[in-house]
Formats: sequence, structure tokens, C-alpha cells
Amino acid sequence: MKTRMLTLAGLLLTGPALADPDDDALVINGEIEIVTEAPAPVHLSDVFDTIYSGWRYRNDETQVMESDDFENPGMLGVEAARDDWVEVAGTEEESCASCHGEPEEMAGVRPVYPKWNEDAGEVRTLEMQINDCRTSRMGAEPWKYAGEDMVDMVALISSVSRGMPVDVATDGPAQSTWEAGRDIYYTRYGRLELACANCHEDNSGNMIRADHLSQGQINGFPTYRLKNAQLNAVQSRFKGCIRDTMAETFEPGSPELVALELYVASRGNGLSVEGPSVRN
Amino acid sequence: MPAMKRPLTGPLVGIVLSLIFGGAALAAEIVPPAEVPFDEYGSVETSLTGTPGDPENGRALMNKGAGNCIACHRVTELEELGFLGTIGPVLDGAADRWTEADLRGIVADAKRTFPETMMPSFYKAGGYVRPGDGFTGTAAEGELAPLLAAQEVEDLVAYLMTLHEG
Ligand code: HEC
Ligand code: HEC
Repeated sequence: MKTRMLTLAGLLLTGPALADPDDDALVINGEIEIVTEAPAPVHLSDVFDTIYSGWRYRNDETQVMESDDFENPGMLGVEAARDDWVEVAGTEEESCASCHGEPEEMAGVRPVYPKWNEDAGEVRTLEMQINDCRTSRMGAEPWKYAGEDMVDMVALISSVSRGMPVDVATDGPAQSTWEAGRDIYYTRYGRLELACANCHEDNSGNMIRADHLSQGQINGFPTYRLKNAQLNAVQSRFKGCIRDTMAETFEPGSPELVALELYVASRGNGLSVEGPSVRN
Repeated sequence: MPAMKRPLTGPLVGIVLSLIFGGAALAAEIVPPAEVPFDEYGSVETSLTGTPGDPENGRALMNKGAGNCIACHRVTELEELGFLGTIGPVLDGAADRWTEADLRGIVADAKRTFPETMMPSFYKAGGYVRPGDGFTGTAAEGELAPLLAAQEVEDLVAYLMTLHEG
């Protein structure tokens, strides 16, 4: 790009200074060390040397809120989900707790989702798995895919894996879904014709008006956003980013966004699970 | 008054319409997006409307509506607006680097000048993947107007032509 501009424009010697991620380190509650920077996974090595959590692009005031659970408004959702965890719902007289014990036993689950489910023959997100438990094991109504109950439960299950490295599988039976997600990541959608990669790969570190572009990693989801003062599901964020390209979006839970989630998750393999995180 | 009996075409309509619309260009004179004569470098020699661009309106478009150029570009002269983007080049001196025809081409469809560029094509006829109805997230229906009207492209070009270095 630069070379072409030089030939065409003659004197575009200086591009805008790249505003890199900052150097801050994240330790939650003085004990959970969060890896916010890691070597890029092999499949991304021709794109990035290093991957960064979105936390590194936020300002100090936003960052500090995530370092203490009492300051992190997303933890209210986690607390609400602890109530749902033990609540008997549906025809089978079961709760999450009756099969799974304490929520802490879910440690290690968040880092490997989305994940291939052999019996179902599909890649499943955490949300899909939660709704499968609700409908087929509990005889309860499914939750709305990106509704409040669901986002809170995902936040609870993420919170007990904080500090563990994201490690989703991209090969084997998940590979075709992963490839479909990659195609979506590089498609220039909408009337503005922008792909995820235009903003989060080519321009991470740059400002798009007042917004400091991160790599668009999803290790921090669900994220509590100061902008809408609520916990946000990862696929709601995808939907919003696609809408901002003046495109017809995909719905949370659609096969397209499930594939995209697997692919984007794999771009963060090696970063710590951080959810519920705080962003602006 | 034989002229009054003529069917309403030609220059007369132009005069009448510009009286009605306060100088807005005559619809028939506007080059539609699909017919813009880009040359092999992506430049466009002739005006899209025949009406000279208004640099003041161009300046306003830099910061609002479908233009919103400062989401990606900085211009020192617009610095007071705050939070200018850093994605595209700083536009100071654009008029020294490019001809009016080049700038018209870049604003109308930058991908003709810079293949693959992230810069949106502001005067283009369709060809989008999943075009939406504005920023609603729902599908666009019917024929899509270009992001900027022809005269808005001319106004932006007129503004860019004021950006000299120093
Ligand atoms: C027009 C620019 C643009 C495009 C295109 C875009 N995004 Fe974003 N995205 C943003 C901005 C601005 C933010 C907020 C700042 C940040 O966190 O990077 C953001 C935030 C995000 C975040 C939150 C990161 C965090 O740490 O909380 C994710 C995830 C994300 N984008 C994914 C995507 C995906 C996937 C796509 C494509 C479907 C996409 N984005 C397309 C502009 C864009
Ligand atoms: C989403 C980002 C984006 C938006 C919005 C955008 N541009 Fe650009 N623009 C770019 C990029 C990137 C380049 C560099 C070309 C390349 O990709 O090699 C560029 C190049 C240019 C250039 C030539 C660079 C030079 O030498 O000064 C001009 C002039 C220009 N843009 C004007 C505009 C105007 C006017 C608007 C609004 C109507 C606009 N741009 C909107 C991203 C953008």
C-alpha cells in the first residue's frame, strides 16, 4: 500500500504514527495474572508477530475497573448467574448444579469453546451448549441466544477460567467451520465495503475517529461496555461491527456468526480468558 | 412566445429548475454512478454535475453524513473538530499532490486509484455484499443511491482543492 501511494502521490513519506497498545499489565484481584500479549498463533504468523488483548488499547480508567471484581460491573452479571446456576427449572427438576456441582468445576471449559460436538455433528458455542443442557437435560425453555440470562451465564462460566489460555481447535472436524469463519472475516461487507480485517488487522493501533482500534480479540467476552452499560455477548459485538459497515447483519446464533466466532477465537489462542472484561 | 410552447427540455428547464432548487444541478446533466468516465489511473476529468463545487459545503461533509472523511483522515485545518482518524493519509497539501481530476476520481471511487484500499467508494452503483439500509442492520431495498450525491462529490473536490501545504 505505502509503496503504491509513494509512486502515485510522490511525497507521502509519513503515514500516521501507529498508536501501539500500551505496556500495562493486568492482574485481577491481586492474584489472577492475565496474559494480554502472546506470540501470534501459527496460522496468523504472516499477519502479526504478537497478539494483544483489547484491554491493552483501553485507557487507564477503563483498564483499572477490570483489575478488581468489586470495580467490574460485569461481575454483577456473574452473581446473577450464580442464582440461575442453582435454580431448578423445567420439567426434569434439574438445575445446572445438579449435574455440574459448583460453577468452579467449569474451569477449563471457556478456553476451548467454540468446539466440535461429536454427537451433534456440529461446532457449538458455549451458548449453544448451555441451551442444549436447558432443553434436552432440564426440559426448560431455551434462553434467547444473546439475552441477559444467557450473557450472564456465559460470564459466570468464563469468570472461573480467567487466566487460562484460549485454546480452540481449528483442525479435524472443526476445520470447515473455521474456514467458513475465516472467509467471513475477510469479506468486505456492506455499502462501506469493510472487512473485519480492514479495521482489526490492517489498522489495529490506529484511530477510527475517536475509537482506538484493537485487534478485535474475543478473549475478554462477555464484555461490560461503558457505552451501553451492560454485558455484551461476543456475537452481539460481531453484529454491531457488521452493522457499522452499512450491511445487512447476521443474527446471533446464526451459522455464519458461530463460524466467525470459532475463527476469531482462534486468532486469540494463547491470550488469557478475561471475561467478563470491561471496555468502552 | 414560441419558446413557451417548446416541450420542457434543454437549457430552459435547467434555468427553471435552478430557480426552483436554488442552483441545484439539472437532473439530466448529472453523470450517473455507472457512467462516470474514469481514466486508467482512476481520475475523472469532467465535473459530475456541471455545477462548480461549493468548498464550504465540502468542508461540512468532511465531518458529517455519508462523507465523514475525518473518521479516517486528519486535516490540520479541521483539527478543532477533535478526534480525527489516523487510518488514511493526512490530507494537508492534497491539492499540491493531486489534480482536480485525480481528487474527483478518488472521492468517487478510490479503489480505481488505490486498488484494495479501505477507503469506501462514495459514488458507485451497487455491487455490494449484503448492502444494508443505512446503519439499521437490515437489508437495503430497491435501487441504492450512492453514498454521496454527485454535487456532494463536487463540493468535496472543491474543498480538497483548497488544501495547499504551508
Ligand atoms: C469500520 C471498522 C470496523 C470493522 C469493519 C469491524 N470492527 Fe470490530 N470494532 C471496531 C471498533 C471501533 C471497536 C472498538 C474498539 C476496539 O475494541 O477495537 C471494535 C471492537 C471489536 C471487538 C471488541 C474487542 C474487545 O476487546 O472488546 C471485537 C471482538 C470486534 N470488534 C470484532 C470484529 C469482527 C469479527 C468484525 C467483522 C465481522 C469487525 N469487528 C469489524 C471497528 C470495526
Ligand atoms: C474508512 C477509511 C476512509 C474514509 C472514510 C475515507 N478515506 Fe480517503 N483514504 C483512505 C485510505 C486508507 C487512503 C490511502 C489510499 C490507499 O489505501 O493506498 C485514502 C486516500 C485518500 C486521498 C489521497 C491521499 C492524499 O494524498 O491526500 C484523498 C484525497 C482522500 N482519501 C479523501 C477522502 C475524502 C474526501 C473522504 C470522504 C468523502 C475520504 N477520503 C474518506 C481511507 C479513508
